Amino acid sequence: MAEIVRSLLRAGGMLVSLDPEVAEIASLSLRVSGAATAVAVVLGVPMAVVLAVTRFKGRRLVIGAVNTGMGLPPVVVGLIVSMLFWRSGPFGALELMYTPAVMVIAQVLIALPIVMGLTLAGVQQVDSKVGLQAMALGASRWQSLSLLLREARLSVLAAVMAGFGGIISEVGAVMMVGGNIKGRTRVLTTAMVLESRMGHFETALALGAVLLAMSFAVNFALTYFQQRGAGRWNNP
Amino acid sequence: MVAGRRNWGGPLVLAAAVVLGAAVGSASLSGCRAGRPVERTPLVLATTTSTADTGLLDAINGEFEKEHPYTVKTIAVGTGEALALGRKKEADVLLVHSRKDEDEFMEAGFGSRRLDVMYNDFVVLGPRDDPAGVRGSAPGEAFARIAGTGATFVSRGDDSGTHEKELELWKAAGMTPGGTWYISTGQGMGDTLRIASEKRAYVLADRGTYLATKSLELEVLSEGHPALLNPYGVIEVKGARNAAGARAYAEFLTSPEGRRIIGEFGREKFGRALFTPWDGR
Repeated sequence: MAEIVRSLLRAGGMLVSLDPEVAEIASLSLRVSGAATAVAVVLGVPMAVVLAVTRFKGRRLVIGAVNTGMGLPPVVVGLIVSMLFWRSGPFGALELMYTPAVMVIAQVLIALPIVMGLTLAGVQQVDSKVGLQAMALGASRWQSLSLLLREARLSVLAAVMAGFGGIISEVGAVMMVGGNIKGRTRVLTTAMVLESRMGHFETALALGAVLLAMSFAVNFALTYFQQRGAGRWNNP
Repeated sequence: MVAGRRNWGGPLVLAAAVVLGAAVGSASLSGCRAGRPVERTPLVLATTTSTADTGLLDAINGEFEKEHPYTVKTIAVGTGEALALGRKKEADVLLVHSRKDEDEFMEAGFGSRRLDVMYNDFVVLGPRDDPAGVRGSAPGEAFARIAGTGATFVSRGDDSGTHEKELELWKAAGMTPGGTWYISTGQGMGDTLRIASEKRAYVLADRGTYLATKSLELEVLSEGHPALLNPYGVIEVKGARNAAGARAYAEFLTSPEGRRIIGEFGREKFGRALFTPWDGR
């Protein structure tokens, strides 16, 4: 118990003093996972909307695959991306292995199904009459789609948070494709594994607290937007 | 409303059936495991990645469990964490390789007994074209040349026995490594070898893990020097929960049978033994 308290105090110290090494690691975590979330949202939200409003053969299979992908083990993603980007792999010539770029690629693959699956569920929850009504009032196809997305914005923001939360906290993929190289590809989660391996349990736990604090700040900002939207709904 | 309910019933029943099926399945699996005739006590072994990555522990623990009523639970970590787990009495017995740290551990009174078990050797590996020209040189000289030419060197950087040995060699070569050519992975031996291979870099590794890791583009460039010996010791943790098991394990490792298993391990698969049992000198 005393150890946990000491870790929390240490984490507080890290946050206040902005230990340069911790700051660098935390900043890389934020940049890699932030970029991956952005890409996953840009790709995933439109694809989810298309899946929600169109009907085609094999659609259920695709949705099933997306929902399964929400539980994709990061290690599997790490392994596949490694095999693609190792020098012996098809993209080996790009020399991207053990760089932040390939970490973003791996994390996009983890976040994409999460963003898609939750957005899809949210969009499908919107009353189908909304679209019809909009069309009846003379809205174009694009206008009614954007209205649909606006109606589902709470779910879309939840999808963004779930996607970000899933990758900022994962260690399997970034460890494999990034290599946890000091000063280049070390992020908070891989640093925690390393510190635990070295027996520095307090430092590891303190890094965990830094990660949680950072994650909380990001989610608090997103929640602020989400709940502002919710407020308007309650008082039309 | 009624239509809505009908739509929901199917998927919900299906989901419940899947979850229930999974629960029953796992329960019956654990039921099988519990049905063993011998009452077994868990024995927690904290050891380094090199003994686990090579497969040596599987060979040893299988034989040990046949003769003793213990189930060995292996935690494969760096020597630093293994010793830390010993200090906290989270492990009963340790199999590690960093003599200096082991001696400190014993002096501080955390262990009741330490025995020499075996040794293997470290090798300096690098790409075939050997840009720093270290092939055939002694490790100290090899390290000096790598640093001098600024060729990439990959370090474990994790306080493991291998990392300690690497730092010892840098010190012997009279230099402090650092800079863009020096990459610190903070990972186990297998992963660090993979990174060195991908980066066409130099690396210090224990021979066992090097031989056991497949498809590496690395060659042995410096070997057979006394400074590259890598001794392993077994430590019984003082006040351990399963002290009797720890004692039995340490004695098994150093018994004629344990030494036979260690000395033969790897001959079939790699064409040579990966570890040499300590002969009691």
